[in-house]
Amino acid sequence: MAFCTGCSLLCDDIEAEFEGGKVKRTMNLCRKGRAHYDSLSIDRLTPAVGGSEVRGEEAVTAAGELLAGAECPLLLGFGRSTLEAQKLGIELAKKLGSVIDDPTSRQGLIMERILKGEVPTCTFDDVRNYADVSIYWGDDPSSSHPRHLSRFSYFPRGEKRQRGYEEDREAIVIDVRRSPTATIAADGFFQVSPGGDAAFAEALLAALGGKIPKVEDKKRMLNLATKLRKAKFGAIFTGPGLADAQDGDLGWFFSLVARLNEFTRFSVIPSLPDYNTRGLHQSLFDVAGAVSPVSFEDGIASGPKFGVTGLLESFDAVLVVGSDPVANLPAPLARKLARIPMVAVGTHRNLTTDAASVTVPTAMAGLEAGGSALRSDGVRVDLEAQVKSDRPTDLQIVEMLMEVV
Amino acid sequence: MISIMDVYQLLPKTNCKKCGFPTCMAFAVELLGKRKAIEDCPPLVEEPKYEKKLAGLRELMAPLLSTEATETGMVIHPERCYGCGNCVVACPVNVASDPKGTAIGRGPVSGKAILMVEDGVVKCVNVDQCRRFGPEKVLCNACIVTCPSKAIEFI
Repeated sequence: MAFCTGCSLLCDDIEAEFEGGKVKRTMNLCRKGRAHYDSLSIDRLTPAVGGSEVRGEEAVTAAGELLAGAECPLLLGFGRSTLEAQKLGIELAKKLGSVIDDPTSRQGLIMERILKGEVPTCTFDDVRNYADVSIYWGDDPSSSHPRHLSRFSYFPRGEKRQRGYEEDREAIVIDVRRSPTATIAADGFFQVSPGGDAAFAEALLAALGGKIPKVEDKKRMLNLATKLRKAKFGAIFTGPGLADAQDGDLGWFFSLVARLNEFTRFSVIPSLPDYNTRGLHQSLFDVAGAVSPVSFEDGIASGPKFGVTGLLESFDAVLVVGSDPVANLPAPLARKLARIPMVAVGTHRNLTTDAASVTVPTAMAGLEAGGSALRSDGVRVDLEAQVKSDRPTDLQIVEMLMEVV
Repeated sequence: MISIMDVYQLLPKTNCKKCGFPTCMAFAVELLGKRKAIEDCPPLVEEPKYEKKLAGLRELMAPLLSTEATETGMVIHPERCYGCGNCVVACPVNVASDPKGTAIGRGPVSGKAILMVEDGVVKCVNVDQCRRFGPEKVLCNACIVTCPSKAIEFI
């Protein structure tokens, strides 16, 4: 049995056969996971400086020099690095006096509250065993985390949920479009207009308080409120559709969660994009008491103003680790980012590595290298290498950079 | 899914009994159950006036008779499958035969599962255990309604 590091569910029941460094046959891997395994032999990154191929050590030295020579460097990514590499990456940020940020997701806003203990959370196994209501808000795990519903949140039977999804569980999807997850939820799908999440929550709060909600279909909203009031154990899965809605102001969401918790326990688990985004959030929280972006320029400070979106022009060097911000960020920001001298450390070629002046290849965690990671519900797993590789791990690269700078 | 009425409409509807059954409707039932072949209806094959109906019936029955479908009529469209395993976990046969594996959301461990995800897409094995197998079949649809991408259909 092996782990899959294709998404933040870190499925642990994978069987895979390899032949000549390529994957031959897999069992229980979803399509996304299979593509992740297939990518072992596709489009791997090569060490390069200024566009010409060099030896690995030379690339690391060039990367170190670029970072050491910078006045205000920015560290991006680390979502696809092991916990050990993340912790050392934070040390590197401290040493450089730089800012560390993961721009792929704004779910950090929710995660920060969870880590502070202000929003209740639970593990996926609790969801499987006890949850009778699963709410997917701005989240489409069928596409982003394919085994989410089948492994934990809707279809499996659990300790207190022996009769399966038809009788024992309820799926509620709140989204701007009828996503594949919404198709499964069928009658439990509530469509909101883009940015209309807060208004929906307000109507739901009114319905929970026994008032008539100000929405078109009042009866349906009241039925939903009754369903939530009667729930025994609720789970709310938040996706990018929620975190990025309302321009990052999620006060309404936290009030709704608090109100729901007056009736019964409703736990929140964000569906995070990369396999160890939760690990990064935890590591940053342990050091800075906040989730990215965190600045070590002048003591420890955090807040959106320090991040890539706020301060991009003031950075004179960027280290990207296991991420593709040039593809993920909005075009104007990505264009600006691509003009800054950049070091890209990663497993595969992507838009960011193409724009980078120095590229450093690493091994794929969980496949070519071991390490530990946190699942999106915070459960720690220890990954092991399944195939041999001569590529260094993220941790080794960050260790070498620590020595050079 | 092919409806019995669609098949009936493409038969001669003369109740000539040459197939050995009292009515064309009875023959349609046998045809859909794969117990009789289109060629067992002599007028349809021999008489030129039924040419159009014969062509229509062959077209209608083609997916059912193709090797792509399992004996239960299940067709999996691998190009649409996400490999999410919803069908694997929701299948009542899997749940009953694999309580420590598919029933609790994990991959199959008992070897008796009828659906499993191999190479990123769902695959049907042990077809004879499916509720839709054989003459006493139950029209279970757990694997279809749980699919987010309509990758499974029964014909």
